[in-house]
Amino acid sequence: MAAQNPSFESLASGDAIIEARNVSVNFGDVHALIDASLTVPEGQVRGLLGPNGAGKTTLVNVISTLLSPTSGTALVNGFDVTKQGKQVRSIIGLAGQYAAVDNLLTGRENLEIVGSLYQLSRSEAKAQANDVLERLSLTEAADRPVKTYSGGMRRRLDLGASLVGRPKVLILDEPTTGLDPRIRIELWDFLKDLVTEGTTVLLTTQYLEEADALADEITLIDSGRVIAEGTPSALKEKIGGSSLVLATRNSAEIAEAARLVAAIGNAEPVIDEDKASLSMHVDSDSGAIVQAAQALDSAGIAVSELALQSPSLDEVFLRLTKGGN
Amino acid sequence: MIGFFNDMKTLTRRNLLRLIRTPEVLIFSTIQPVLFVILFDSVFGGSISPLGFDSYTDFLIPGIMVQTAMFASINTGIGVAEDMEKGAIDRFRSLPISRLAILFGRTNADSVRTLAVSIVVVLTGLLFGLRLTENLGSILLGVVLSVLFANSIQWAFVLMALLVRSLEGVQAVAFLPTFPLVFAASTFAPVENMPGWLQVFAEYQPVTTTVDSVRGLFFGSEVLEASGGSLATSITLTVMWIVVIFAVFASLSVWRFSKN
Repeated sequence: MAAQNPSFESLASGDAIIEARNVSVNFGDVHALIDASLTVPEGQVRGLLGPNGAGKTTLVNVISTLLSPTSGTALVNGFDVTKQGKQVRSIIGLAGQYAAVDNLLTGRENLEIVGSLYQLSRSEAKAQANDVLERLSLTEAADRPVKTYSGGMRRRLDLGASLVGRPKVLILDEPTTGLDPRIRIELWDFLKDLVTEGTTVLLTTQYLEEADALADEITLIDSGRVIAEGTPSALKEKIGGSSLVLATRNSAEIAEAARLVAAIGNAEPVIDEDKASLSMHVDSDSGAIVQAAQALDSAGIAVSELALQSPSLDEVFLRLTKGGN
Repeated sequence: MIGFFNDMKTLTRRNLLRLIRTPEVLIFSTIQPVLFVILFDSVFGGSISPLGFDSYTDFLIPGIMVQTAMFASINTGIGVAEDMEKGAIDRFRSLPISRLAILFGRTNADSVRTLAVSIVVVLTGLLFGLRLTENLGSILLGVVLSVLFANSIQWAFVLMALLVRSLEGVQAVAFLPTFPLVFAASTFAPVENMPGWLQVFAEYQPVTTTVDSVRGLFFGSEVLEASGGSLATSITLTVMWIVVIFAVFASLSVWRFSKN
Protein backbone atom coordinates (compact mmCIF):
# COMPACT_ATOMS: atom_id res chain seq x y z
CA MET A 1 0.00 0.00 0.00
CA ALA A 2 1.38 3.38 -1.01
CA ALA A 3 1.80 6.15 1.51
CA GLN A 4 -1.26 8.35 1.85
CA ASN A 5 0.29 11.43 0.29
CA PRO A 6 -2.54 13.83 -0.58
CA SER A 7 -1.07 14.93 -3.90
CA PHE A 8 -0.61 11.33 -5.04
CA GLU A 9 -4.08 10.51 -3.92
CA SER A 10 -5.68 13.14 -6.12
CA LEU A 11 -3.58 11.97 -9.06
CA ALA A 12 -4.58 8.37 -8.49
CA SER A 13 -8.26 9.26 -8.43
CA GLY A 14 -8.07 10.89 -11.85
CA ASP A 15 -10.03 8.28 -13.78
CA ALA A 16 -11.92 6.79 -10.83
CA ILE A 17 -15.65 7.35 -11.04
CA ILE A 18 -16.45 5.77 -7.67
CA GLU A 19 -14.08 6.35 -4.84
CA ALA A 20 -14.81 5.40 -1.24
CA ARG A 21 -12.12 6.29 1.27
CA ASN A 22 -11.97 4.68 4.70
CA VAL A 23 -15.73 4.50 5.06
CA SER A 24 -17.03 3.30 8.42
CA VAL A 25 -20.68 2.93 9.37
CA ASN A 26 -21.90 2.14 12.87
CA PHE A 27 -25.45 1.28 13.75
CA GLY A 28 -25.28 1.78 17.51
CA ASP A 29 -22.77 -0.81 18.69
CA VAL A 30 -22.81 -2.69 15.42
CA HIS A 31 -19.91 -1.91 13.10
CA ALA A 32 -21.49 -2.55 9.72
CA LEU A 33 -18.53 -1.19 7.78
CA ILE A 34 -14.99 -0.71 9.03
CA ASP A 35 -12.55 1.48 7.10
CA ALA A 36 -13.72 0.26 3.71
CA SER A 37 -12.07 1.74 0.63
CA LEU A 38 -13.06 1.14 -2.96
CA THR A 39 -11.89 2.66 -6.23
CA VAL A 40 -13.75 1.87 -9.43
CA PRO A 41 -12.45 3.24 -12.76
CA GLU A 42 -14.95 4.52 -15.30
CA GLY A 43 -16.53 1.84 -17.49
CA GLN A 44 -15.65 -1.03 -15.19
CA VAL A 45 -17.96 -3.68 -13.80
CA ARG A 46 -17.03 -4.16 -10.19
CA GLY A 47 -18.39 -7.03 -8.20
CA LEU A 48 -18.84 -6.54 -4.49
CA LEU A 49 -18.83 -10.04 -3.16
CA GLY A 50 -19.50 -11.25 0.34
CA PRO A 51 -21.77 -13.37 2.50
CA ASN A 52 -25.04 -12.16 3.97
CA GLY A 53 -24.52 -9.35 6.45
CA ALA A 54 -20.98 -8.62 5.24
CA GLY A 55 -21.71 -4.93 4.69
CA LYS A 56 -22.24 -4.91 0.92
CA THR A 57 -25.60 -3.16 1.04
CA THR A 58 -24.30 -0.70 3.63
CA LEU A 59 -21.46 0.32 1.32
CA VAL A 60 -23.85 0.58 -1.63
CA ASN A 61 -26.21 2.72 0.43
CA VAL A 62 -23.38 5.09 1.33
CA ILE A 63 -22.34 5.40 -2.33
CA SER A 64 -25.93 5.96 -3.47
CA THR A 65 -26.43 8.65 -0.76
CA LEU A 66 -29.10 6.68 1.12
CA LEU A 67 -26.93 6.46 4.23
CA SER A 68 -24.41 8.89 5.71
CA PRO A 69 -21.14 7.26 6.75
CA THR A 70 -20.10 7.55 10.39
CA SER A 71 -16.63 8.45 9.12
CA GLY A 72 -14.78 8.53 5.82
CA THR A 73 -15.86 9.94 2.47
CA ALA A 74 -17.15 8.70 -0.83
CA LEU A 75 -17.05 10.46 -4.19
CA VAL A 76 -19.05 9.60 -7.29
CA ASN A 77 -17.84 11.34 -10.42
CA GLY A 78 -16.02 13.73 -8.09
CA PHE A 79 -19.16 14.66 -6.12
CA ASP A 80 -19.18 14.08 -2.38
CA VAL A 81 -22.05 11.78 -1.38
CA THR A 82 -22.80 13.66 1.82
CA LYS A 83 -22.38 17.24 0.59
CA GLN A 84 -23.46 16.95 -3.05
CA GLY A 85 -26.08 14.23 -2.76
CA LYS A 86 -28.33 15.60 -5.46
CA GLN A 87 -25.54 15.75 -8.06
CA VAL A 88 -24.60 12.18 -7.17
CA ARG A 89 -28.21 11.02 -7.48
CA SER A 90 -28.56 12.61 -10.90
CA ILE A 91 -25.83 10.36 -12.36
CA ILE A 92 -26.56 7.08 -10.62
CA GLY A 93 -29.22 4.47 -11.16
CA LEU A 94 -30.01 2.12 -8.28
CA ALA A 95 -31.77 -1.22 -8.38
CA GLY A 96 -32.24 -2.65 -4.94
CA GLN A 97 -32.41 -6.05 -3.31
CA TYR A 98 -36.12 -6.34 -3.81
CA ALA A 99 -37.80 -5.15 -6.93
CA ALA A 100 -38.96 -1.67 -5.91
CA VAL A 101 -41.56 -1.41 -8.62
CA ASP A 102 -45.19 -0.68 -8.03
CA ASN A 103 -47.37 -3.76 -8.36
CA LEU A 104 -50.54 -1.78 -8.92
CA LEU A 105 -49.17 0.29 -11.78
CA THR A 106 -48.29 -0.93 -15.25
CA GLY A 107 -44.69 -1.40 -16.31
CA ARG A 108 -44.89 1.69 -18.49
CA GLU A 109 -46.38 3.85 -15.71
CA ASN A 110 -43.63 2.74 -13.35
CA LEU A 111 -40.92 3.79 -15.79
CA GLU A 112 -42.61 7.06 -16.76
CA ILE A 113 -42.90 8.09 -13.12
CA VAL A 114 -39.23 7.37 -12.50
CA GLY A 115 -38.45 9.29 -15.72
CA SER A 116 -40.38 12.33 -14.48
CA LEU A 117 -38.48 12.12 -11.21
CA TYR A 118 -35.23 12.20 -13.18
CA GLN A 119 -36.55 15.62 -14.27
CA LEU A 120 -37.26 14.50 -17.83
CA SER A 121 -40.09 16.24 -19.64
CA ARG A 122 -43.26 14.23 -20.19
CA SER A 123 -42.39 13.39 -23.79
CA GLU A 124 -38.79 12.51 -22.92
CA ALA A 125 -40.00 10.31 -20.07
CA LYS A 126 -42.38 8.53 -22.45
CA ALA A 127 -39.65 8.00 -25.06
CA GLN A 128 -37.16 6.75 -22.48
CA ALA A 129 -39.72 4.37 -21.00
CA ASN A 130 -40.43 2.96 -24.46
CA ASP A 131 -36.75 2.54 -25.17
CA VAL A 132 -36.06 0.76 -21.88
CA LEU A 133 -39.10 -1.51 -22.24
CA GLU A 134 -37.82 -2.52 -25.66
CA ARG A 135 -34.29 -3.20 -24.45
CA LEU A 136 -35.51 -5.38 -21.61
CA SER A 137 -38.04 -7.24 -23.82
CA LEU A 138 -40.99 -5.94 -21.83
CA THR A 139 -42.82 -4.10 -24.61
CA GLU A 140 -45.53 -6.71 -24.83
CA ALA A 141 -46.27 -6.59 -21.09
CA ALA A 142 -45.82 -2.82 -20.84
CA ASP A 143 -49.46 -1.95 -20.24
CA ARG A 144 -50.26 -4.72 -17.81
CA PRO A 145 -50.17 -4.13 -14.05
CA VAL A 146 -46.88 -5.32 -12.61
CA LYS A 147 -48.66 -7.72 -10.25
CA THR A 148 -49.29 -9.95 -13.29
CA TYR A 149 -45.53 -10.13 -14.04
CA SER A 150 -43.32 -13.11 -13.26
CA GLY A 151 -40.43 -12.72 -10.83
CA GLY A 152 -37.95 -12.39 -13.66
CA MET A 153 -39.97 -9.73 -15.47
CA ARG A 154 -40.30 -7.77 -12.25
CA ARG A 155 -36.51 -7.75 -11.75
CA ARG A 156 -36.05 -6.69 -15.34
CA LEU A 157 -38.49 -3.82 -14.83
CA ASP A 158 -36.68 -2.83 -11.65
CA LEU A 159 -33.42 -2.86 -13.58
CA GLY A 160 -35.19 -0.84 -16.27
CA ALA A 161 -36.27 1.76 -13.74
CA SER A 162 -32.63 2.31 -12.82
CA LEU A 163 -31.82 2.88 -16.51
CA VAL A 164 -34.48 5.45 -17.34
CA GLY A 165 -32.28 8.36 -16.27
CA ARG A 166 -29.37 7.16 -18.49
CA PRO A 167 -27.09 6.85 -15.46
CA LYS A 168 -23.29 6.99 -15.78
CA VAL A 169 -23.07 4.68 -12.80
CA LEU A 170 -25.40 1.76 -12.30
CA ILE A 171 -25.60 0.33 -8.79
CA LEU A 172 -27.17 -3.08 -8.53
CA ASP A 173 -27.71 -4.56 -5.11
CA GLU A 174 -28.09 -8.31 -5.46
CA PRO A 175 -30.06 -8.05 -8.69
CA THR A 176 -30.59 -11.79 -9.06
CA THR A 177 -31.14 -12.92 -5.47
CA GLY A 178 -34.08 -15.27 -5.28
CA LEU A 179 -34.35 -15.86 -9.02
CA ASP A 180 -34.16 -19.32 -10.48
CA PRO A 181 -30.94 -20.13 -12.35
CA ARG A 182 -32.41 -19.86 -15.84
CA ILE A 183 -33.77 -16.37 -15.22
CA ARG A 184 -30.55 -15.39 -13.52
CA ILE A 185 -28.58 -16.23 -16.63
CA GLU A 186 -31.10 -14.34 -18.75
CA LEU A 187 -30.62 -11.27 -16.57
CA TRP A 188 -26.84 -11.62 -16.86
CA ASP A 189 -27.18 -11.35 -20.61
CA PHE A 190 -29.07 -8.07 -20.24
CA LEU A 191 -26.38 -6.80 -17.91
CA LYS A 192 -23.58 -7.79 -20.27
CA ASP A 193 -25.28 -5.78 -23.03
CA LEU A 194 -25.43 -2.74 -20.80
CA VAL A 195 -21.78 -2.93 -20.02
CA THR A 196 -20.76 -2.85 -23.65
CA GLU A 197 -22.28 0.64 -23.71
CA GLY A 198 -19.66 1.87 -21.26
CA THR A 199 -21.78 2.23 -18.15
CA THR A 200 -19.87 1.77 -14.91
CA VAL A 201 -21.54 -0.93 -12.83
CA LEU A 202 -21.19 -1.66 -9.14
CA LEU A 203 -22.81 -4.99 -8.48
CA THR A 204 -23.23 -6.70 -5.14
CA THR A 205 -23.77 -10.41 -5.04
CA GLN A 206 -23.43 -13.45 -2.85
CA TYR A 207 -23.03 -15.64 -5.91
CA LEU A 208 -19.47 -16.30 -6.92
CA GLU A 209 -20.42 -17.43 -10.38
CA GLU A 210 -22.26 -14.16 -10.88
CA ALA A 211 -19.20 -12.11 -9.96
CA ASP A 212 -17.05 -14.45 -12.06
CA ALA A 213 -19.36 -14.10 -15.07
CA LEU A 214 -19.88 -10.34 -14.98
CA ALA A 215 -17.18 -8.50 -13.08
CA ASP A 216 -13.92 -7.12 -14.40
CA GLU A 217 -12.69 -6.85 -10.85
CA ILE A 218 -13.98 -8.16 -7.57
CA THR A 219 -13.87 -6.67 -4.11
CA LEU A 220 -14.34 -9.24 -1.38
CA ILE A 221 -15.98 -7.98 1.74
CA ASP A 222 -16.58 -9.78 5.01
CA SER A 223 -17.68 -8.64 8.47
CA GLY A 224 -17.59 -5.03 7.32
CA ARG A 225 -14.04 -5.10 5.99
CA VAL A 226 -12.59 -5.25 2.50
CA ILE A 227 -10.49 -8.41 2.60
CA ALA A 228 -9.29 -8.82 -0.98
CA GLU A 229 -9.50 -7.16 -4.35
CA GLY A 230 -8.53 -8.03 -7.90
CA THR A 231 -9.58 -9.63 -11.15
CA PRO A 232 -11.29 -13.01 -10.81
CA SER A 233 -8.17 -14.76 -12.14
CA ALA A 234 -5.86 -12.81 -9.84
CA LEU A 235 -7.99 -13.80 -6.88
CA LYS A 236 -7.87 -17.42 -7.93
CA GLU A 237 -4.12 -17.08 -8.28
CA LYS A 238 -4.00 -15.70 -4.77
CA ILE A 239 -4.64 -19.03 -3.16
CA GLY A 240 -2.06 -20.38 -5.59
CA GLY A 241 -1.76 -23.64 -7.46
CA SER A 242 -4.44 -26.10 -8.39
CA SER A 243 -6.07 -29.21 -7.09
CA LEU A 244 -5.10 -32.66 -8.22
CA VAL A 245 -8.22 -34.78 -8.20
CA LEU A 246 -8.27 -38.52 -8.64
CA ALA A 247 -10.54 -41.49 -8.06
CA THR A 248 -9.57 -45.15 -8.07
CA ARG A 249 -11.64 -47.88 -9.65
CA ASN A 250 -11.14 -50.16 -6.68
CA SER A 251 -12.01 -48.35 -3.48
CA ALA A 252 -9.53 -50.44 -1.51
CA GLU A 253 -6.70 -48.84 -3.46
CA ILE A 254 -7.43 -45.20 -2.59
CA ALA A 255 -5.17 -45.28 0.50
CA GLU A 256 -2.26 -46.58 -1.56
CA ALA A 257 -2.94 -43.94 -4.24
CA ALA A 258 -2.95 -41.25 -1.55
CA ARG A 259 0.45 -42.44 -0.28
CA LEU A 260 1.87 -42.23 -3.83
CA VAL A 261 0.59 -38.75 -4.70
CA ALA A 262 1.51 -37.37 -1.28
CA ALA A 263 5.14 -38.02 -2.16
CA ILE A 264 4.74 -36.02 -5.39
CA GLY A 265 2.93 -32.94 -4.12
CA ASN A 266 4.48 -32.48 -0.68
CA ALA A 267 0.95 -31.96 0.61
CA GLU A 268 -1.63 -33.90 2.52
CA PRO A 269 -4.32 -35.34 0.22
CA VAL A 270 -7.92 -35.06 1.39
CA ILE A 271 -9.49 -38.50 0.99
CA ASP A 272 -13.14 -39.27 0.46
CA GLU A 273 -13.34 -43.02 1.26
CA ASP A 274 -16.96 -43.38 0.14
CA LYS A 275 -16.26 -42.11 -3.35
CA ALA A 276 -12.79 -43.64 -3.47
CA SER A 277 -11.48 -40.23 -4.44
CA LEU A 278 -9.02 -37.65 -3.17
CA SER A 279 -7.96 -34.12 -3.88
CA MET A 280 -4.64 -32.51 -3.12
CA HIS A 281 -3.25 -29.02 -3.46
CA VAL A 282 -0.36 -28.80 -5.96
CA ASP A 283 1.63 -26.01 -7.61
CA SER A 284 0.19 -25.07 -10.97
CA ASP A 285 3.14 -25.91 -13.23
CA SER A 286 4.80 -28.66 -11.26
CA GLY A 287 3.94 -31.44 -13.68
CA ALA A 288 2.26 -33.18 -10.78
CA ILE A 289 -0.40 -34.76 -12.93
CA VAL A 290 2.12 -36.48 -15.19
CA GLN A 291 4.10 -37.78 -12.24
CA ALA A 292 0.91 -38.98 -10.56
CA ALA A 293 -0.16 -40.83 -13.70
CA GLN A 294 3.22 -42.55 -13.98
CA ALA A 295 3.36 -43.48 -10.30
CA LEU A 296 -0.17 -44.90 -10.30
CA ASP A 297 0.45 -46.79 -13.52
CA SER A 298 3.62 -48.45 -12.28
CA ALA A 299 1.87 -49.41 -9.04
CA GLY A 300 -0.88 -50.99 -11.13
CA ILE A 301 -3.68 -48.86 -9.71
CA ALA A 302 -6.55 -48.30 -12.12
CA VAL A 303 -8.04 -44.81 -11.96
CA SER A 304 -11.51 -43.69 -13.03
CA GLU A 305 -10.65 -39.99 -12.80
CA LEU A 306 -7.45 -38.00 -12.82
CA ALA A 307 -7.54 -34.25 -13.32
CA LEU A 308 -6.00 -30.93 -12.43
CA GLN A 309 -8.58 -28.34 -11.39
CA SER A 310 -7.91 -24.65 -11.08
CA PRO A 311 -9.45 -23.28 -7.90
CA SER A 312 -12.99 -21.98 -8.13
CA LEU A 313 -13.84 -18.61 -6.69
CA ASP A 314 -15.67 -20.61 -4.04
CA GLU A 315 -12.37 -21.82 -2.71
CA VAL A 316 -10.96 -18.28 -2.73
CA PHE A 317 -14.04 -17.10 -0.97
CA LEU A 318 -14.02 -19.77 1.68
CA ARG A 319 -10.33 -19.31 2.34
CA LEU A 320 -10.56 -15.57 2.73
CA THR A 321 -13.82 -15.17 4.58
CA LYS A 322 -13.76 -16.31 8.13
CA GLY A 323 -16.89 -18.43 7.76
CA GLY A 324 -15.27 -21.49 6.28
CA ASN A 325 -11.88 -23.07 5.89
CA MET B 1 -38.63 25.08 -5.79
CA ILE B 2 -40.01 24.29 -9.26
CA GLY B 3 -38.36 20.90 -8.88
CA PHE B 4 -40.18 20.34 -5.59
CA PHE B 5 -43.59 21.09 -7.13
CA ASN B 6 -42.94 18.89 -10.17
CA ASP B 7 -41.79 16.00 -8.01
CA MET B 8 -44.72 16.46 -5.66
CA LYS B 9 -47.10 16.42 -8.62
CA THR B 10 -45.54 13.25 -10.03
CA LEU B 11 -45.63 11.46 -6.67
CA THR B 12 -49.19 12.61 -5.93
CA ARG B 13 -50.17 11.20 -9.32
CA ARG B 14 -48.44 7.92 -8.49
CA ASN B 15 -50.31 7.58 -5.20
CA LEU B 16 -53.66 8.51 -6.77
CA LEU B 17 -53.10 5.93 -9.53
CA ARG B 18 -52.51 3.35 -6.80
CA LEU B 19 -55.78 4.38 -5.15
CA ILE B 20 -57.73 4.03 -8.38
CA ARG B 21 -56.20 0.60 -8.95
CA THR B 22 -57.52 -0.66 -5.62
CA PRO B 23 -61.26 -0.03 -5.97
CA GLU B 24 -61.98 -2.51 -3.18
CA VAL B 25 -60.19 -0.24 -0.70
CA LEU B 26 -62.12 2.77 -1.99
CA ILE B 27 -65.44 0.93 -1.77
CA PHE B 28 -64.82 -0.25 1.79
CA SER B 29 -63.61 3.14 2.95
CA THR B 30 -66.96 4.47 1.67
CA ILE B 31 -69.13 1.68 3.09
CA GLN B 32 -67.74 2.20 6.59
CA PRO B 33 -68.97 5.79 7.08
CA VAL B 34 -72.31 4.94 5.45
CA LEU B 35 -72.69 2.10 7.95
CA PHE B 36 -71.76 4.49 10.77
CA VAL B 37 -74.41 6.98 9.66
CA ILE B 38 -77.09 4.27 9.66
CA LEU B 39 -76.03 2.75 12.98
CA PHE B 40 -75.47 5.92 14.99
CA ASP B 41 -78.54 7.63 13.60
CA SER B 42 -80.75 4.64 14.44
CA VAL B 43 -79.17 3.83 17.83
CA PHE B 44 -78.66 7.32 19.30
CA GLY B 45 -81.17 9.32 17.23
CA GLY B 46 -84.01 8.45 19.61
CA SER B 47 -82.22 9.32 22.84
CA ILE B 48 -80.04 12.32 22.00
CA SER B 49 -81.60 15.64 21.02
CA PRO B 50 -78.74 18.13 20.89
CA LEU B 51 -79.59 21.68 21.85
CA GLY B 52 -80.10 23.95 18.81
CA PHE B 53 -80.31 21.21 16.15
CA ASP B 54 -83.44 20.24 14.20
CA SER B 55 -82.53 16.56 14.29
CA TYR B 56 -79.83 14.17 15.52
CA THR B 57 -79.01 13.49 11.83
CA ASP B 58 -78.00 17.15 11.40
CA PHE B 59 -75.84 16.89 14.51
CA LEU B 60 -74.35 13.53 13.49
CA ILE B 61 -73.26 14.04 9.86
CA PRO B 62 -70.46 16.58 10.55
CA GLY B 63 -69.25 14.25 13.32
CA ILE B 64 -69.16 11.20 11.04
CA MET B 65 -67.41 13.24 8.35
CA VAL B 66 -64.59 14.30 10.67
CA GLN B 67 -64.40 10.86 12.32
CA THR B 68 -64.05 9.21 8.89
CA ALA B 69 -61.33 11.67 7.90
CA MET B 70 -59.48 10.99 11.18
CA PHE B 71 -59.60 7.21 10.79
CA ALA B 72 -58.63 7.45 7.12
CA SER B 73 -55.50 9.38 8.03
CA ILE B 74 -54.15 6.18 9.60
CA ASN B 75 -53.88 4.91 6.02
CA THR B 76 -51.29 7.59 5.37
CA GLY B 77 -49.01 6.04 7.98
CA ILE B 78 -49.72 2.58 6.61
CA GLY B 79 -48.90 3.78 3.09
CA VAL B 80 -45.56 5.27 4.17
CA ALA B 81 -44.67 2.10 6.11
CA GLU B 82 -45.60 -0.06 3.12
CA ASP B 83 -43.47 2.03 0.75
CA MET B 84 -40.56 1.74 3.17
CA GLU B 85 -40.93 -2.02 3.51
CA LYS B 86 -41.20 -2.57 -0.23
CA GLY B 87 -38.18 -0.44 -1.07
CA ALA B 88 -40.18 2.22 -2.96
CA ILE B 89 -38.94 4.96 -0.64
CA ASP B 90 -35.31 3.91 -1.13
CA ARG B 91 -35.82 4.01 -4.87
CA PHE B 92 -37.31 7.51 -4.68
CA ARG B 93 -34.56 8.64 -2.34
CA SER B 94 -31.94 7.47 -4.82
CA LEU B 95 -33.39 9.76 -7.49
CA PRO B 96 -32.38 13.41 -7.98
CA ILE B 97 -35.58 14.74 -6.41
CA SER B 98 -36.65 16.88 -3.53
CA ARG B 99 -37.05 14.31 -0.77
CA LEU B 100 -39.78 16.37 0.85
CA ALA B 101 -41.89 15.68 -2.22
CA ILE B 102 -42.04 11.97 -1.27
CA LEU B 103 -43.95 12.75 1.92
CA PHE B 104 -46.07 15.54 0.44
CA GLY B 105 -47.02 13.33 -2.50
CA ARG B 106 -48.44 10.87 0.00
CA THR B 107 -50.43 13.34 2.13
CA ASN B 108 -51.74 15.15 -0.96
CA ALA B 109 -53.13 11.97 -2.51
CA ASP B 110 -54.65 10.84 0.76
CA SER B 111 -56.30 14.24 1.21
CA VAL B 112 -57.89 13.93 -2.24
CA ARG B 113 -59.32 10.58 -1.17
CA THR B 114 -60.57 12.03 2.11
CA LEU B 115 -62.26 14.82 0.17
CA ALA B 116 -64.08 12.28 -2.01
CA VAL B 117 -65.21 10.19 0.97
CA SER B 118 -66.33 13.34 2.86
CA ILE B 119 -68.60 14.28 -0.04
CA VAL B 120 -70.06 10.75 0.00
CA VAL B 121 -70.79 11.14 3.74
CA VAL B 122 -72.70 14.40 3.14
CA LEU B 123 -74.65 12.89 0.24
CA THR B 124 -75.53 9.86 2.38
CA GLY B 125 -76.67 12.26 5.09
CA LEU B 126 -79.03 13.93 2.61
CA LEU B 127 -80.65 10.54 1.98
CA PHE B 128 -81.18 10.18 5.73
CA GLY B 129 -82.86 13.54 6.18
CA LEU B 130 -79.89 15.90 6.62
CA ARG B 131 -81.09 19.50 6.03
CA LEU B 132 -78.26 21.88 5.16
CA THR B 133 -79.32 25.48 5.75
CA GLU B 134 -76.23 27.47 4.69
CA ASN B 135 -75.15 28.27 1.10
CA LEU B 136 -73.01 25.95 -1.00
CA GLY B 137 -69.85 28.00 -0.46
CA SER B 138 -70.16 27.70 3.31
CA ILE B 139 -70.87 23.98 3.06
CA LEU B 140 -67.84 23.39 0.83
CA LEU B 141 -65.72 25.40 3.27
CA GLY B 142 -66.88 23.05 6.02
CA VAL B 143 -65.82 20.01 3.98
CA VAL B 144 -62.48 21.59 3.09
CA LEU B 145 -61.77 22.55 6.72
CA SER B 146 -62.37 18.94 7.75
CA VAL B 147 -60.00 17.72 5.00
CA LEU B 148 -57.32 20.24 6.05
CA PHE B 149 -57.63 19.04 9.64
CA ALA B 150 -57.26 15.43 8.43
CA ASN B 151 -54.21 16.50 6.41
CA SER B 152 -52.51 17.82 9.55
CA ILE B 153 -53.33 14.58 11.39
CA GLN B 154 -51.90 12.58 8.46
CA TRP B 155 -48.50 14.09 9.27
CA ALA B 156 -48.70 12.63 12.78
CA PHE B 157 -49.11 9.22 11.17
CA VAL B 158 -46.29 9.91 8.71
CA LEU B 159 -44.04 10.53 11.71
CA MET B 160 -45.38 7.42 13.42
CA ALA B 161 -44.54 5.33 10.33
CA LEU B 162 -41.04 6.81 10.12
CA LEU B 163 -40.45 5.96 13.78
CA VAL B 164 -42.15 2.55 13.93
CA ARG B 165 -40.94 1.51 10.46
CA SER B 166 -43.41 -1.33 9.98
CA LEU B 167 -46.91 -1.66 8.65
CA GLU B 168 -48.06 -3.86 11.55
CA GLY B 169 -46.51 -1.43 14.01
CA VAL B 170 -48.46 1.51 12.61
CA GLN B 171 -51.70 -0.50 12.64
CA ALA B 172 -51.12 -1.48 16.26
CA VAL B 173 -50.22 1.97 17.57
CA ALA B 174 -52.56 4.11 15.47
CA PHE B 175 -55.76 3.47 17.40
CA LEU B 176 -54.29 4.63 20.72
CA PRO B 177 -54.40 8.37 19.98
CA THR B 178 -57.28 8.14 17.50
CA PHE B 179 -60.00 6.62 19.67
CA PRO B 180 -59.91 9.05 22.62
CA LEU B 181 -59.71 12.01 20.24
CA VAL B 182 -62.71 10.88 18.20
CA PHE B 183 -64.95 9.65 21.02
CA ALA B 184 -64.10 12.10 23.81
CA ALA B 185 -65.36 14.91 21.59
CA SER B 186 -68.60 16.40 20.34
CA THR B 187 -68.51 13.90 17.45
CA PHE B 188 -71.50 11.75 18.44
CA ALA B 189 -72.91 13.39 21.58
CA PRO B 190 -72.87 16.90 23.09
CA VAL B 191 -69.91 17.66 25.38
CA GLU B 192 -72.19 19.21 28.05
CA ASN B 193 -73.48 15.77 29.08
CA MET B 194 -70.01 14.33 29.74
CA PRO B 195 -68.49 14.07 33.24
CA GLY B 196 -66.71 17.25 34.33
CA TRP B 197 -63.15 15.92 34.12
CA LEU B 198 -63.71 14.77 30.55
CA GLN B 199 -65.40 18.03 29.47
CA VAL B 200 -62.16 19.93 30.15
CA PHE B 201 -60.41 17.77 27.57
CA ALA B 202 -63.33 17.31 25.20
CA GLU B 203 -64.31 20.95 24.81
CA TYR B 204 -61.10 22.34 23.35
CA GLN B 205 -59.48 19.37 21.67
CA PRO B 206 -59.12 19.59 17.87
CA VAL B 207 -61.77 17.03 16.89
CA THR B 208 -64.43 18.95 18.82
CA THR B 209 -63.43 22.34 17.43
CA THR B 210 -63.37 20.93 13.88
CA VAL B 211 -66.73 19.15 14.18
CA ASP B 212 -68.26 22.29 15.72
CA SER B 213 -66.84 24.48 12.94
CA VAL B 214 -68.34 22.18 10.31
CA ARG B 215 -71.69 22.29 12.12
CA GLY B 216 -71.59 26.09 12.15
CA LEU B 217 -70.68 26.18 8.45
CA PHE B 218 -73.45 23.68 7.56
CA PHE B 219 -76.29 25.11 9.70
CA GLY B 220 -75.22 28.61 10.79
CA SER B 221 -73.62 29.94 13.97
CA GLU B 222 -76.96 29.66 15.90
CA VAL B 223 -76.60 25.91 16.41
CA LEU B 224 -73.37 26.55 18.32
CA GLU B 225 -74.67 29.59 20.19
CA ALA B 226 -77.50 27.47 21.63
CA SER B 227 -74.92 25.77 23.84
CA GLY B 228 -72.78 28.84 24.50
CA GLY B 229 -70.32 28.61 21.59
CA SER B 230 -69.86 30.49 18.33
CA LEU B 231 -68.69 29.76 14.83
CA ALA B 232 -65.94 32.37 15.02
CA THR B 233 -64.43 30.79 18.16
CA SER B 234 -64.61 27.27 16.73
CA ILE B 235 -63.03 28.25 13.43
CA THR B 236 -60.26 30.26 15.11
CA LEU B 237 -59.41 27.37 17.41
CA THR B 238 -59.57 24.87 14.53
CA VAL B 239 -57.26 26.89 12.29
CA MET B 240 -54.85 27.26 15.20
CA TRP B 241 -54.93 23.51 15.82
CA ILE B 242 -54.37 22.73 12.12
CA VAL B 243 -51.40 25.11 11.92
CA VAL B 244 -49.83 23.79 15.15
CA ILE B 245 -50.38 20.09 14.37
CA PHE B 246 -49.08 20.51 10.82
CA ALA B 247 -46.07 22.57 11.89
CA VAL B 248 -45.05 20.14 14.63
CA PHE B 249 -45.58 16.84 12.84
CA ALA B 250 -44.57 17.87 9.32
CA SER B 251 -41.31 19.36 10.54
CA LEU B 252 -40.56 16.39 12.81
CA SER B 253 -41.36 14.01 9.92
CA VAL B 254 -39.12 15.91 7.53
CA TRP B 255 -36.34 15.98 10.12
CA ARG B 256 -36.68 12.24 10.79
CA PHE B 257 -36.86 11.45 7.08
CA SER B 258 -33.77 13.42 6.09
CA LYS B 259 -31.85 11.88 8.99
CA ASN B 260 -32.09 8.40 7.37
